[in-house]
Amino acid sequence: MVHEWALAEAIIDTAIELAKEKGASKIKKIIVRIGVLQSIEWEILRYALDIMKKELNVKIENIVFEEEDVRFKCGRCGYEWGIEDLDEMDEVREAIHFIPETVYAYIKCPNCGSPDFTIVSGRGVYIRRIEAIK
Amino acid sequence: MIDPRIFGIRRRLKGIKKIYAVASSKGGVGKTLISVLLALKSKEIGYKTGLLDLDFTNPSCHILLERNVMDILPEENKGIIPPKILDLSFMTIVYYTRDEPLALRGSGIDNAIKELLTITRWINTEILYIDMPPGLSDEFLDITSLLDNVDVLIVTTPSILSIRSVEKMIKLFRDHVYIRGLLENMVKEHDIRGDKLSEKYDIEYLGYIPFMPDLDKTLFNENIENILKNRFDIYITSILTRLLK
Repeated sequence: MVHEWALAEAIIDTAIELAKEKGASKIKKIIVRIGVLQSIEWEILRYALDIMKKELNVKIENIVFEEEDVRFKCGRCGYEWGIEDLDEMDEVREAIHFIPETVYAYIKCPNCGSPDFTIVSGRGVYIRRIEAIK
Repeated sequence: MIDPRIFGIRRRLKGIKKIYAVASSKGGVGKTLISVLLALKSKEIGYKTGLLDLDFTNPSCHILLERNVMDILPEENKGIIPPKILDLSFMTIVYYTRDEPLALRGSGIDNAIKELLTITRWINTEILYIDMPPGLSDEFLDITSLLDNVDVLIVTTPSILSIRSVEKMIKLFRDHVYIRGLLENMVKEHDIRGDKLSEKYDIEYLGYIPFMPDLDKTLFNENIENILKNRFDIYITSILTRLLK
């Protein structure tokens, strides 16, 4: 839950700053892309955003979430793989939820065993688009 | 794509009165030891003090604090609350890696820094020391770009390798980063070199710590608070007095 609140604050802060920059009176829509690796609970994030909107008196009409799958790619052999179901790594899921890069401490390329791989997608939380009204 | 963490980080850190990044382009100069000692002394004289180990691939602060951090999971409350270790609010990636080895490329380091800074709540923290890894790479660039309220403390030794290295660091960054001062570690027989470097670039020379040949053995055998009291107190106190004036 902790991460959802921290991310909600960060999203609202971003929205406020960008609205100021654009001279917008209201934000019509925010599209948030969420990587699966971070195991964000969407409903908790939405709840946190609603609370913060009220507390900070920020007008945002609609927040849309998009999910991004996890893909890894080995830097040594080029093998690509995903984590179809994060429950397979349940014991380290919490660590990865807080800081996704800790995944490098727990997994290696299933093909060649190298720790040198890249998280190609599914890693973080980003604002893909903000639509504002002046 | 907009990264919302950038704004979140500023919110998290704006309440801290002083943030010191203990940094050096040169490795092995004693940044970790100095970060820990400054933090402990600040706490001792009454400041609510935080310590952040930003060396993700070789975290060491917890070793000096003698804490088996694998037993600890930080409290969650709308963010991560750094646990109190020796009465310091202490944050390290080791809480989440369980001290397993971690090899990271630059983008991984950049992301991990932004994540950690976004989710950590430094409640009631007046002074924060950041133990930086050596070099002028992602960690140093991120801290000096993401935060607009960080003071850089540069650590050197009298070695020509270190002096030349940090001189380049000063030249590169002095116009856009606030270099609060220079500290000199491992000084033998009062052979100080850093003061001339400080003078050349109009940076405050905060002080020096002498070379202690048996320090490694001492670190194995004694706890860090005793080491501060018995071996370093006079030097750290002098440095801190100048730093906080």
